Amino acid sequence: MNSNAERTIVRYLPGTRINHWAVAICFVLAGLSGIAMFHPALFWLSSLFGSGPWTRILHPFIGVVMVLAFTGLAVKFWADNYLHDRDWAWLGKINDVVKNREDRLPDVGRYNAGQKLLFFTLVFCLGGLLLSGIVIWRAYFSWLFSIEVIRLAVLLHAFCAFVLIGAVIVHIYAAIWVKGSITAMTRGTVSPGWAWKHHRLWFREVTRGSRRE
Amino acid sequence: MPLQSLDIVRRSATTLPSPEVRGAHTGQVAKLIDTTKCIGCKACQVACMEWNDLRDEIGSCTGHYDNPQDLSEDSWTLMRFAEYENPKGDLEWLIRKDGCMHCEDPGCLKACPSPGAIVQYANGIVDFQEENCIGCGYCVTGCPFDIPRISKQDKKAYKCTLCSDRVAVGLEPACVKSCPTGAIVFGTKEDMTQHAEERIEDLKSRGFDQAGLYDPAGVGGTHVMYVLHHADQPSLYSGLPDKPKISAMVGLWKGAAKPLALFGLVATAAIGFLHYIGIGPNEVDASDEEAARRETEKPS
Repeated sequence: MNSNAERTIVRYLPGTRINHWAVAICFVLAGLSGIAMFHPALFWLSSLFGSGPWTRILHPFIGVVMVLAFTGLAVKFWADNYLHDRDWAWLGKINDVVKNREDRLPDVGRYNAGQKLLFFTLVFCLGGLLLSGIVIWRAYFSWLFSIEVIRLAVLLHAFCAFVLIGAVIVHIYAAIWVKGSITAMTRGTVSPGWAWKHHRLWFREVTRGSRRE
Repeated sequence: MPLQSLDIVRRSATTLPSPEVRGAHTGQVAKLIDTTKCIGCKACQVACMEWNDLRDEIGSCTGHYDNPQDLSEDSWTLMRFAEYENPKGDLEWLIRKDGCMHCEDPGCLKACPSPGAIVQYANGIVDFQEENCIGCGYCVTGCPFDIPRISKQDKKAYKCTLCSDRVAVGLEPACVKSCPTGAIVFGTKEDMTQHAEERIEDLKSRGFDQAGLYDPAGVGGTHVMYVLHHADQPSLYSGLPDKPKISAMVGLWKGAAKPLALFGLVATAAIGFLHYIGIGPNEVDASDEEAARRETEKPS
C-alpha cells in the first residue's frame, strides 16, 4: 500500500522524529519504573533497572528528561492543536470515526480532534507529574513540603500517571489502527492518499505550497 | 533472615502469606509509657543509643529541653517537653517519650511499595527490614505519627524497633530497662492495659479527672501506649495526634486506586485489541491515492 515510492509527502522532519522517540523511550522507562513502585504485583519490574533502590533513584531523573524532551514537541505542535468548531463536529461523529467511515467526517487539518485532545491531555498530565514529582522527590525536595502536601502529591502523581499511560495506550493503538501512521513517525513521510484521506485540509496546504514541513 | 523468625503476620507489598507458624501464644506485647511518672531524665534515650549503637550529631541548645531537636535516623526516641498552663493558671510540664507507636494497622507498612521492607510480627512489633528498603519515603507519607526518618547517608528508613532483637530472646526493650522511675513498662498488651487502668484510677483519685490511656482505635490500637493526665487533649503533649488514623489520601492511593488503575489500563488495551479484531484497521487504498492525485492535478 504505502511503498517507499509513493510516500512523497513529508510529515515529520528528522529532528521532530528523534524528539518524539526520545519522549517515547523516556515514557517507557519512567512508566515501567513508576508502575513498579505503584503496584506491588509489578514490583518485579524494578529488576529491569538493577534493583529497587536504583529504580527509586533513576525514575525521577528519567521523568525530568521526558518533560524536557516533551516540551520540545509541545512547542512545535502547539499551534496545530488549537481546537476549532470543526473539531467539535468531528468529535460529535465519534461513532463514524471508530467504524472507519471517514467519508462522513468533517475535513481534518494537520491533527484531528482526537489527536488534539490527546495532546492537551499529555500537556496536563506531564505538568501534573512534574509538579507532584518534585514534591515527592525525597532526595532533594520533599523536606520543603508539609506532610499533607506530600500526601496530596503522591495521589496526584499516581492519578496523572494513570491518565497518561491510558492516553498513551490509546495513542499507540491509534497508530496501529490507522495504517501509515507509524511510518510517518519512523521515516517521516506519508503517501498523498494517506494525507488526503486523514488530514485533507493539511494535504491541501501542503500540495498548494502554502505550508511546508 | 528476617523471615526466619517464622512469626510474620504482615509484610509490605506482598499478597501471599509469610512464614507465620510461630504465633504470639502468650499474648501480644506492648510498651506502656506513663507520662505522669516521667521525670525527663533521658535515660531511655541513652539506653536506646547504647543498645542500638547509634550516635547522633551533637546539636546546639535552642532554648528548651528537647535534645536532639527531632527524631532522626540516629535518634529513634526522644523526650519532648511541653510547658502547659492549666486553667487554674499553674504550669504543668508534660514530658512525652516520642518514637514509633507500633500501630496494629501500620500506615508505613500499608504505604511501602517494596516487598518485605516493613514487617509486623505476631507479637505486634512493626519492624523495618532495611535490606529491602528502597528509600522512597512512602512510609513517611503513610505514618500518622511522623516517625520514620530517611538516612542522609544510606537513604534507608529507620525508626524504633521496639528492640525486636531483645524481645525475641525474652528481654525487655533497652529504654524500659533503663527507666529509673518505672514510667516505662513492658509486657503483654493485656497486662499493660490492666496496669494502665490501675494507674488511671490512682490519678483520678488525685484530681486528674481526665486521666486516661492513649491506645488510639483509629490505627487499630498501638503497641506503645501512653498514660496521660489529660487524655482528653493528647495534642497538649507536643502534638500527639488527638485521633490518629491513616490519611484518607494514603488509604485511597494504596487501596482502591491500585486495582482500579491496573484494571483501567488493561481494559483500555483490551478495547483496542477488540476494536482491531472486530472493526479492523483504517487503511488507505488505491482510490484514496487516485483522489489525491486528481486533486493535485486540478489547477488551483
